[in-house]
Amino acid sequence: MKLDNSLPLEYRSEENSNRIFGFWLFLGAEIVLFSTLFAVYFTLWNRTGNGPTGKELFEIGPVLIETFVLLTSSFTIGLMINSMRQGLQKAAMVFLFVTLVLGLIFLGVEIFEFVTYVNEGATISTSAFMSSLFVLLGTHGAHVTLGLLWGAGIMLQIKREGFTLDTANKSFIFSLYWHFLDVVWIFIFSFVYLKGMM
Amino acid sequence: MKWDEFFVTGEPMIYGAMVSIVVVSLAIVIGLTYFKKWGYLWREWLTTVDHKRIGIMYIISALLMLFRGGVDGLLMRSQLAIPENGLLDAQHYNEIFTTHGVVMILFMAMPFIIGLMNVVVPLQIGARDVAFPRLNAVSFWLFFAGAMLFNLSFVIGGSPDAGWTAYFPLASNEFSPTVGMNYYSIAIQIAGIGTLMTGVNFIATILKMRAPGMTLMKMPMFTWSILITSVIILFAFPVLTVALALMMFDRLFGSQFFTMANGGMDMLWANLFWVWGHPEVYIVILPAFGIFSEVISTFSRKNLYGYASMVGSMVVISLLSFVVWAHHFYTMGHGAMVNGVFSITTMLIAVPTGVKIFNWLLTLHKGRIEFTTPMLYSLAFIPIFTIGGVTGVMLAMASADYQYHNTMFLVAHFHYVLIPGTVFAVLAGFYYWFPKLFGFRLNERQGKLAFWLIAVSFNVTFMPLFFLGLKGMTRRMYTYSADTGFGPLNLIATIGAFGLALGFILLVYNIYWSFRYAPRETSGDPWNARTLEWSTHSPIPDYNFAIVPTVTGRDPFWEHKKGGHQLYKGKYEEIHMPSNSGQPIILAGIFFLFGFSMVFSWWVPAIIAGIGIIVMMAVRSFERDHGYHIPVREIEETEARLRGEQA
Repeated sequence: MKLDNSLPLEYRSEENSNRIFGFWLFLGAEIVLFSTLFAVYFTLWNRTGNGPTGKELFEIGPVLIETFVLLTSSFTIGLMINSMRQGLQKAAMVFLFVTLVLGLIFLGVEIFEFVTYVNEGATISTSAFMSSLFVLLGTHGAHVTLGLLWGAGIMLQIKREGFTLDTANKSFIFSLYWHFLDVVWIFIFSFVYLKGMM
Repeated sequence: MKWDEFFVTGEPMIYGAMVSIVVVSLAIVIGLTYFKKWGYLWREWLTTVDHKRIGIMYIISALLMLFRGGVDGLLMRSQLAIPENGLLDAQHYNEIFTTHGVVMILFMAMPFIIGLMNVVVPLQIGARDVAFPRLNAVSFWLFFAGAMLFNLSFVIGGSPDAGWTAYFPLASNEFSPTVGMNYYSIAIQIAGIGTLMTGVNFIATILKMRAPGMTLMKMPMFTWSILITSVIILFAFPVLTVALALMMFDRLFGSQFFTMANGGMDMLWANLFWVWGHPEVYIVILPAFGIFSEVISTFSRKNLYGYASMVGSMVVISLLSFVVWAHHFYTMGHGAMVNGVFSITTMLIAVPTGVKIFNWLLTLHKGRIEFTTPMLYSLAFIPIFTIGGVTGVMLAMASADYQYHNTMFLVAHFHYVLIPGTVFAVLAGFYYWFPKLFGFRLNERQGKLAFWLIAVSFNVTFMPLFFLGLKGMTRRMYTYSADTGFGPLNLIATIGAFGLALGFILLVYNIYWSFRYAPRETSGDPWNARTLEWSTHSPIPDYNFAIVPTVTGRDPFWEHKKGGHQLYKGKYEEIHMPSNSGQPIILAGIFFLFGFSMVFSWWVPAIIAGIGIIVMMAVRSFERDHGYHIPVREIEETEARLRGEQA
């Protein structure tokens, strides 16, 4: 295997750099996916039928917690990659763990929010607005859930093997994914919640 | 649910289909057991990650689906042959035109093209495989699982019946109460994920794995067309993913996206569907342009005229393909301004397409033209496709479209672009690259006969539909009365359809005959062609190229043959190869079970299968498989053997 030692571990083999490139392409597709969901939401957001409007439904408290938690996790995953590049395995593990815990808190708050909506009588079948809200948030939440499982798997692998060509590559790709989810959340926060509450 | 609701009952033709499915499955199982081929099948095919074998499996599936969709077509034509015909009832006719459209576009045209690109692209760019061989196998098996799930609807639960466009509110639970449209939303979703992964894979392959010296503007035209197609796949398929998911939510979980009450918006579906659907048309047509470019250049013995403008026009077409979608529903009431804009963008597409037509004509100009079977398909394509294109411009004029919207005129138009475009192209590509894969040419005399049958019958079938449409016959009507006067032209079209069927049967016979009797090729380059894929042996060794070729021009092998350029420099080195894996087919099998459970809203099995999918992803994540290396000695032996056979 040809290795270019001037590059960081995650890019070093041809296979690794192809995988990162391929994942960027996949993120391109993910951007289209979320753009479509946003387009659907913007089309339907004031078609509330007999159900509640965003203004009646949204509360700033949980949303702010979600936002702070997820933004912080994006920072910690960055610290994890930074530690990885410096060869600090233990620090990297800690930062990855913190990231996952923050992700878990985010998910918990989101589920709590969904339960609140349903208890208030606003379910997925209440109105087109509620359908598009649940599916947009739910798709993001499902991505976070998958990310938690994926991140936990990577943590086990780092624990077992240390940072190798494989685990470094996986960690880096995971960090791209996690940052991407954060970017999507910024759009959700601004254009769903803030706009909805105005 | 009772058993008689589970299986489709009461239709003699469907009982026949059930019996034949059981008989064929039994025959396959017994045959494999009797000849002890299970191990061979598993090791060499079902677990393969080799792009050539995956390509062959795609093409075989596509040919099977061609016959499945073809039988649908014949049934429709038979029903319409005479007025007041009672062969099919309205419901059965609805199901058949729906599955005909879906099968032909998604499970025939797409896999045939993806099959050819799997076989050809890595060879054309001098690579040993695609960027992600394992993912490639996953793509194939997901497509296959989706296709099989969709076909299962025929005998279990009932086929989708709301048209391949599945417009709401018709496709909602209220108007399509059977599970048919559930099959539609879930089976296409599974196959679509596979296609999306193919798009990612081929962009990465083409951008990252080209042979040294092959700059972007030195790539063969087919590879260019696949690069652009893959980019369109990447940006169009997620829209389909969302549209199908929303449809599934509406049908299974009671959401209100496309409903008539509670704020739902049925037109949202039409928009989402066509935002994917129109680029999809170019996903199946641009590779066809690439194939024709290769074939026409090879058999004119000239390099392709206007290479840069060919690339430029494909890029322009791909951009325009995303801004024309509303022309599919001019009559659904968006105002004059919107119709005007989409009318203009649509007509603009004729410009780059026209550039390509002229480039092909100028490539032919003063060439030493050789009339082989692939060349015949390419030459027939130019005038027939032009008819399709010109009628397309007619349809693009919004105000005129009110006259022939959703009539047989439209049906004739899109068959006039898709058959000479896509079908002729994949057949040309099939005949052209077949000897590369199998080491012998398909018999030319039979091939040409099949070509003439197909080309003439095609026109007999679809030309009358233009006139029927202008006379006012709408699409999707299952019967008509004699005093409409539609009878005679419909009868002619039906006769043509059976001619087409005969042509395709002859084509299959051609393959069978050639496997048994055709003389084996010895050169690896039977057509005296120009690009890299012809410079390696036929059949192709696992590693494609013993030494990675060095490229300096657009027709590297041609330059090599003319003595101006040394393709293979250096000596043999160990070759790194990916190892086979059973995971892709197992994953796709679980996806199939997941989809099937979802169709019938069986939540417990669906959840179990869903967990199974995640487990399979984890298994892959924890796996450490770095493939294997072919030692130099083995390469020398293989090369000597392949050369020896050729001496």
